[in-house]
Amino acid sequence: MRFMMLMIPKGYENAKPGTVPDAKGVAAMMKYNESLQKAGVLLALDGLHPLSMGARVSFPGGKAKVTDGPFAEAKEVLGGYWLIQVKSKEEAIEWATRCPGSENEILEVRQVQEMSDFPADVKAAAAGFAEMQGRSKR
Amino acid sequence: MIAGLARMVRDVGVAEELAQDALVVALEQWPAAGVPNNPGAWLMATAKHRAIDVLRRRKRLEQKHEELGHEMEERETATPDIEAAIDDDVGDDLLRLVFTSCHPILSTEARVALTLRLLGGLTTEEIARAFLASEPTIAQRIVRAKRTLAEEKVPFEVPRGAELAARLSSVLEVIYLIFNEGYSATSGDDWMRPALCEDALRLGRILAELAPSETEVHGLCALMEIQASRSAARVSATGEPILLLEQNRARWDRLLIGRGLAALERAEKLGGAGGPYALQAAIAACHARALTAADTDWSRIAALYDALMQRSPSPVVELNRAVAVGMAFGPAAGLEIVDTLTSDSSLAEYHFLPSVRGDLLFKLGRLREARSEFERAASLTRNARERTLLLERATACARRSVPAGQPN
Repeated sequence: MRFMMLMIPKGYENAKPGTVPDAKGVAAMMKYNESLQKAGVLLALDGLHPLSMGARVSFPGGKAKVTDGPFAEAKEVLGGYWLIQVKSKEEAIEWATRCPGSENEILEVRQVQEMSDFPADVKAAAAGFAEMQGRSKR
Repeated sequence: MIAGLARMVRDVGVAEELAQDALVVALEQWPAAGVPNNPGAWLMATAKHRAIDVLRRRKRLEQKHEELGHEMEERETATPDIEAAIDDDVGDDLLRLVFTSCHPILSTEARVALTLRLLGGLTTEEIARAFLASEPTIAQRIVRAKRTLAEEKVPFEVPRGAELAARLSSVLEVIYLIFNEGYSATSGDDWMRPALCEDALRLGRILAELAPSETEVHGLCALMEIQASRSAARVSATGEPILLLEQNRARWDRLLIGRGLAALERAEKLGGAGGPYALQAAIAACHARALTAADTDWSRIAALYDALMQRSPSPVVELNRAVAVGMAFGPAAGLEIVDTLTSDSSLAEYHFLPSVRGDLLFKLGRLREARSEFERAASLTRNARERTLLLERATACARRSVPAGQPN
């Protein structure tokens, strides 16, 4: 089964454009990444630029509304993720606990949905989902 | 943990027992005393204490042997520097464990079972289910394998020099066998069998990090990643197998394809493009790169099978080459190769041979011959769904040939 470990660094919601982690932090994280890779569990990983370099789209009344910032309401934003393949939730959590996180960081462990997790009607409704995954990852 | 202990006591069986003992102690103590802060370290420490006991006991025994004038050799193995053994790189231990459990002295079945037990962390019951064998059979197999390793005094080490290549191929064979055991189980009734693919992939990925300069390790990883990328597309909603060219390619896992192509590139950059696994991976990559079946670069695939035939010839590879040649240069060219194989006794019971021959004859319009080949293939396959498919093709030949009035 696949899990995402979602890194939520507190304060990152207010980070200025171009903010990048320092070399020391990256070096520590690289050791962790290597340990994931050596154990054969790492499938993919990415870091995300701060929200100030992106945007938020909300849907008040069902209509799209783009907010470029500042994001007063944004309390938690993602800083990056790891996609891992493991045998159990316990194993995923065990890996998360080994992350060299700092005081302000939260690591959220979430299982990736598989088509087999859905009941028949949801499966039918999601019939073209895998195709979309194929296209978006191409 | 087993790997670390095995390095200390130089015996995989003893190491596994020590680890098991530590777990038993933990199960007795933790409910009462609470789970320690670092359960893993606690277990390792407990097991190490026991390992040291074992070593001391052994050492005493060895000293007695010495008094009796026994060989010096044996003493060497009994006095490893315990502290050094504990601090040793875990990666090296894992590598030693892989090479030990895949030692050619063991039967293939024993290697597979031992590897899954010691490296995959599967229980005996899980292995039994995965291989459709009884639990006592697998348990016996593992016990015997460990005994053989101990009796033959197989050293717990990574082979060097010329021996490495031969030993590595045994390791790769075991991993690929595990993968195929899971991959060929299209029925999917039991989740354990598909899970074998994941176990094999994980072992392959670990090995690629432990032995990054070995090109064939990357070749095997590439092959497994690309094959695994098709898992979701290989079976229809009703459980019927779907052939490669008829699969919905949008359902292929692009993440795994990307990983597979990267592993293949790694193998090629290290100069390993000609290795058997790298060649098979390159063939799989041709399919992975084609967005539709019609886009497939068949002449490249034919050339890769050609190279594979030079490297590790087999009638099955030749048959696959015939398919590729037939697709690339027309059915007549493919048939020419297939016809050289019809007298090969090793393919006499192989349903794929008449199936391929039938397909080529069908394309050439030789329908009566095609029909009998499809019927023959149907009688040889053990897969009920495949049989239905082949009989349907046979019927189609009959239908088409009758109105033409010329059963050639």
